[in-house]
Amino acid sequence: MTETTIDKPTDAYADTYANAFAAVVAHAEGNGTAPLNALRQAAFDDFARLGIPTTRHEDWRYTNLRKLANTAFTRPQTGAEVTADDIAPFMIAGLDAHLIVFVDGYYREDLSQIDEHPEGTAIGSIAEAYQKGCTGIGDYLGKQVDTANDALGALNTALMEDGVAVYLKAGKKIDKPVHVLSIATAHSNSAMTHPRNLIVAGEGAEATVIEHYVSLGGENYFNNTVTELFAADHAVVHHYMLEREAESATNISTLAIHQGERSDVHSHTVLLGGELVRNNVRPVMAGKDAHCLINGLFVGHGAQTLDNAMRVEHAAPNCRSRQFYKGIMNDQSHGVFTGRIIVQEDGQQTDAIQSNRNMLLSDDARMNARPQLEIYADDVRCTHGATTGQVDPEAVFYFRARGLPEDVARAMLIYAFAAEGFDRMQLVPVRALLADEMIAKLPMANKLSAEFNEEIKERLYRI
Amino acid sequence: MTTPLLEIKNLHAEVDGNEILNGVNLTINAGEVHSIMGPNGSGKSTLAQVLAGKDDYDVTEGQVLYKGKDLLDLDPNERACEGLFLAFQYPVEIPGVSSMQFLKAAVNAKREYHGLEELDGVELLRLFQEKAKVVNVNMEMVKRNVNEGFSGGEKKRFEIFQMAVLDSEMAILDETDSGLDIDALRIVSEGVNNMRDGKRGFLVITHYQRLLNHIVPDVVHVLVDGQIVKSGGIEVATELEEQGYAGWAEIETTTAS
Amino acid sequence: MTTTEEVAKLTHEKRDYKYGFVTDVDQEFAPPGLSEDIVRFISDKKGEPEWLLEWRLKSLRHWQTMETPSWEFLPYGYEEPDYQAISYYAAPKEKPKSLDELDPAILETYNKLGIPLAEQKVLAGIEGAAASAADARGMGGVAVDAVFDSVSVATTFQDELAKHGIVFCPISEAVQSHPELVKKYLGSVVPYSDNFYATLNSAVFSDGSFVYIPKGVRCPMELSTYFRINASNTGQFERTLIVADEGSYVSYLEGCTAPMRDENQLHAAVVELVAHKDAQIKYSTIQNWYPGDETGKGGIFNFVTKRGLCEGDHSHISWTQVETGSAVTWKYPSCILKGDHSKGEFYSVALTNLRQQADTGTKMVHIGKNTTSHIISKGISAGEGHNTYRGLVQMNKGAANAKNFTQCDSILIGDKCGAHTFPYIDVRNPSASAEHEASTTKIAEDQLFYCTARGIEEEDAVSLLVNGFCKEVFNELPMEFAVEANKLLAVSLEGSVG
Repeated sequence: MTETTIDKPTDAYADTYANAFAAVVAHAEGNGTAPLNALRQAAFDDFARLGIPTTRHEDWRYTNLRKLANTAFTRPQTGAEVTADDIAPFMIAGLDAHLIVFVDGYYREDLSQIDEHPEGTAIGSIAEAYQKGCTGIGDYLGKQVDTANDALGALNTALMEDGVAVYLKAGKKIDKPVHVLSIATAHSNSAMTHPRNLIVAGEGAEATVIEHYVSLGGENYFNNTVTELFAADHAVVHHYMLEREAESATNISTLAIHQGERSDVHSHTVLLGGELVRNNVRPVMAGKDAHCLINGLFVGHGAQTLDNAMRVEHAAPNCRSRQFYKGIMNDQSHGVFTGRIIVQEDGQQTDAIQSNRNMLLSDDARMNARPQLEIYADDVRCTHGATTGQVDPEAVFYFRARGLPEDVARAMLIYAFAAEGFDRMQLVPVRALLADEMIAKLPMANKLSAEFNEEIKERLYRI
Repeated sequence: MTTPLLEIKNLHAEVDGNEILNGVNLTINAGEVHSIMGPNGSGKSTLAQVLAGKDDYDVTEGQVLYKGKDLLDLDPNERACEGLFLAFQYPVEIPGVSSMQFLKAAVNAKREYHGLEELDGVELLRLFQEKAKVVNVNMEMVKRNVNEGFSGGEKKRFEIFQMAVLDSEMAILDETDSGLDIDALRIVSEGVNNMRDGKRGFLVITHYQRLLNHIVPDVVHVLVDGQIVKSGGIEVATELEEQGYAGWAEIETTTAS
Repeated sequence: MTTTEEVAKLTHEKRDYKYGFVTDVDQEFAPPGLSEDIVRFISDKKGEPEWLLEWRLKSLRHWQTMETPSWEFLPYGYEEPDYQAISYYAAPKEKPKSLDELDPAILETYNKLGIPLAEQKVLAGIEGAAASAADARGMGGVAVDAVFDSVSVATTFQDELAKHGIVFCPISEAVQSHPELVKKYLGSVVPYSDNFYATLNSAVFSDGSFVYIPKGVRCPMELSTYFRINASNTGQFERTLIVADEGSYVSYLEGCTAPMRDENQLHAAVVELVAHKDAQIKYSTIQNWYPGDETGKGGIFNFVTKRGLCEGDHSHISWTQVETGSAVTWKYPSCILKGDHSKGEFYSVALTNLRQQADTGTKMVHIGKNTTSHIISKGISAGEGHNTYRGLVQMNKGAANAKNFTQCDSILIGDKCGAHTFPYIDVRNPSASAEHEASTTKIAEDQLFYCTARGIEEEDAVSLLVNGFCKEVFNELPMEFAVEANKLLAVSLEGSVG
C-alpha cells in the first residue's frame, strides 16, 4: 500500500531480448529444437506485451528488475572452456548422484556422468532428446507455465534452448539423485541464460533432482530458469534448488509443479548466493489426496535481495500442503517472502499450513513478508503465521545464565534457527554442503571454536 | 569467620521506574539452605533475576557479594561460570538446539573460564550419566531440544539436571515447585537434596510451604513489598501457611509506622 | 440436509434490511457533476473562508490527474461510479436553528433508526446511565451529531460538552467557530493527495463531525455521529476530524444506514484522528449501509479513508469496527505510531453475505521507539460474499523495540463464498518484532451439532457461534454498541428480522 517508485523500463531491453529471440530461433534447427519454435514465438509475443515487470506489479512489489530493463544482456554463443578440474569444487561430497553439467546454458556431455538407470527412465538434456527424436517432451513442455501472465516465464519459454529432462515411466524409480550443475562463467560478459528443465514422473514413479547453480568468475549475468515438474498419481518427487552463484548475479527461477492424485512432492530451496534472486515455487495439486512440502531457507548478507514467491494451489479435494520458509538477513540485505495459498472451489477438505519466520541481524537489513490466503471452498483448514524479529532475548539470557558468552549464545541460536530448515531435507550430503557455506557466510562463525563449529555442523547434518 | 557464599546488602532494584526491591538484606553461608516466601508481586522473582543478571532491571542501590566478589559487576555468563545457578521459573523453549549440544557448550564454557581443558564427547557423556543418576532424570531428555515440548515437570527436572551438571555452588530455585504435581515435586526435591553436601548454598523461592516439606530450609525469610519482613526457622513457613500473607503485610505496616 | 447445507440455505434467504426506508423531505441539490464550479458552490453554501476553498480546488485538480485504484481484491468487480452523474450536495432545505425546529420527518427518521435526538431523554442517561440502557438502540448517555446526506442536521449536548471545553459540532460549523484548529489539523493526517477517494473527499466534502478535547479532559460521555444517506443519486462525502490534546480521552461512535435502492451510491468519507502526548482516542464504527440485494444489485460503495496519528509519546488510538453493510467496502482504519511508546489497536468484524465484497483491514506504521500495535480481525463470509483482510504492519528504521501482534481469522459459511487474507509485513529494524497468525476454517460442524443437540435452533446456533468467534472484538465496543452489534450480526447472517 505504500507507494513505490516506478521504474520506467527503457526501450533498450526490447532489442536485447528480440535479438536473443532471433538468435535462438536461428539456432533451433542446429540443435534439434525447431519443433519448439511455435511455442517460443507465442511466448515471445506474450513477453513483448507484458514487458519486464515493475515494482508497480503486485508480484514484484519489493524486487526491482530495472537491471533487466537496462542491461544489454546477450546470449552466449558457446559455453566456456571448462574442465573437470574446474568443476571439482562444486561436487557435493558424499553424494552418489547422476551428474549433468551445463556451462553457460550449454549441455556438456563430457563433464556429465549419467550412471546406469532403469529401463523406462531417461536422464539427459532436452536438446539431446529432441535430436534423438523424443518429441514426446512437447506433451509436457509449456503446459505448466502461464506465459500470458508471467513475463519471466514467457521470456524463458521464448529463449529456452536446453536444460535437463528427467523422465520416468509408471512405477519406475531412479534411486540416485540427479544432480544438475549449472555453471555460469566469465566467458561472456552480461550473459543471459534461460535454462528449461522438465521432470516427468509417471504413476507411482520416484525421483530426486537437485538443481545447483554456481559461478566460475561470472559477473553481472542473468539466469532465468524454469523447471516444470509433473508428478502423476502416486508419484514421489523430491526437488532441491541450491542457489550459490556469485554475488553479482541475477537469478530468477520458477518451479512449476503439477500434481496428480496422492502424489507427494517435496521442494527444498536454499538461497545463499546471487545479488538479486527470485525464487518462485508454484505447485498445483490437481489430483485428490496430494501432498506437498515447500521448504526453504534464505540467508542474505551484503546488498543481496532474496525474494521468495510461493503459490500453492489446492485444486482438488483433500490435499495437504506444508510451507516452511525461514530467512536470516544481515548487513543491508533485503528478504522477501510471499506465500499464497489458493484453495479453489474443488479444494474441499484442504489442509494447508504455511509458516514464515525471519530474523534480522543488522540495523540495515529489511524483511517483507506477505503470507496470503485466497479461499473459495468452505470446508478447509488453512493457517499461516509469519514472524520477523531478532534473536530471542529471553533465549539469549537463558544461555548466558548457563555460562555461555552472549555472542556464542547468539550464534548458537541463529544456527539452530537455520537448522530446522535443513532437518527437513533428506539428502545429508546436501545439508553438509549448505551448512558449511552458511556458517562461512554468517559472521558469527568465528565467534565459535573450531570444534564448536564442527558440532554445529553435526547438528545441521544430523548424521 | 569464613566469607559468606552470598551477601545481599540493602538491594534496591526497579523496572521502568517502578521500584520492586526495596532494600533486601540476606546472607547465605556455604552449606545453608534459605527459603524466601512471599505473596505474588512481592519481588521474589525479581530478586532471582537480578542475581542472575537480567538487564531488564536496574539496581539503584545496594551491593551483592558472591564469595566476597562484587556479583553485580559480572556478566550473566560470568556469574554462571563462577558457580551461580538460576533454576528459571519459566524455562524458555529453544527449538533447534539439542539439550546435549547446549549442555556441552555450557560445561565447556565454564571449564574454559577456569582455565581447564574442555571435556570431550565421551567424558561429557559420562558426566551426564552420572549426574542424571544423582538427580533422577532420564537421559532421553538430553536428546531432545532444549525445553521444547517439555511438560512443566520435565522443564523443572531439566533445570535441576543442569544444576547438577554445572556443579553449581550457589543455586537459586525460582518457584521450582509451581505447576508440579506431588510426584514431580518429590523427584525435583530429591534431586536438590542429593546435591546438599554442606558446601553448596541454596536459595529456594516459593509461594507455598508445600515445597519446604521436601526441601527443609535452615532459614525462612518472608518477602513483602520488596523487603524481608521476617526471618526465622521452618516455623515461620508453618505460621505463614496457617495465617496467609495478609498478616505479614500488616506487621510490615506496623513496624514501618 | 446436512448442517452446512441448512446454514447455506438460511444465509441465501433474502434478508430484511430494516433501515431501507426513504424519508420524504424537501431537499436542495447541487446539479450532478463535478467541476470547479460545483466545488465553489459547496464552499459557498457553507460560507467557507478562502483558504478552504483553495484547498478544495487544489484537491480537485489533483484528483483529476488520478486513476481509480485497482488493487482491491473484489472478485465480482464493481461498476465504477460515474462521477459526473452524482450530485455532490444534498441538504434539507430548511436549516433548523435548534433541535426543536428540526423537520419532524427527519426527527422521525432518526427515531426509526433508534437514534434519539431529544436531549432530555438522553440526559437522563447521563445522570443514571443504567436507566437509559433501555432506550431504543441503547443510545443513552451519548452526544449525537446527525448527518443527513450532505449536512449535519442536529448535534446534541453541545452546551453540556462546552462546559468541559470540548468542541463537538459539525465540521462546517467548526470552520467558522474554530478556524485555527481546523486549519491546523485538516489534512494533517490524510493529506489531500493521499488516495483517489480521499482526494475526491477533500474536494467535495460536505459535512461531518469535529471534535476537540482539551488538555487533560476526559470526555464525560460517548460522542457519536450517525450518518444517513437519504437522497438518491447523491454521494456522501463526510469528513471527521478528532483532536485529543495532551492527556485527554474520548470515545467516539459512528453508525450508518441508507435506503434500499437499486442503484449504487457512493460513500467516500475521510476520518482523521490526532492523539497528542498521553491522549487516547477510541473510535468505534458500526457500518450498516444498505448492502444491495442477493443478486448484487444496488447497495453502497463504501470507500473510506480513516487514519489516526499517534503524535505524542504514550498516545493511544484504537479502532473498532463492525462492518456488515455496503455492497463494496474499501477501508483501512490505520495508525501512524509516531510518538515513542504509542499504541495502535484495530479490532474488526467484517461480514459479507449476499454478493457483498469487502476489502478491509488496517495499516500500522511504527515510527517511534517502543511502539506497539495489536490487530484482531474476524472475517465472516456467507452467501456469495467475498471478504478480504488486507493489512500493513510497517516497522521503520527508528522503531526500536516496536512490537506487533496480528491475529486474523476467517470463517466460511456455505460453499459459494470466499475468504482472503493479504497481510503485508515490512520490518526494517532488527529489534522490532512482528508476529502474524491467521486461520481460515469453515464454521465448526461439531460445535453446531452440539448446540442443536441441546435444542438450539440451527440459525440461533450459527449466530451463537459467530458471536463467540467475534467476542474479542465486541468486547472492545462500548456496551450498548456491543449489544447492537450482536443483533446486527444475527440479522445480517440469518435473514430473520431482528
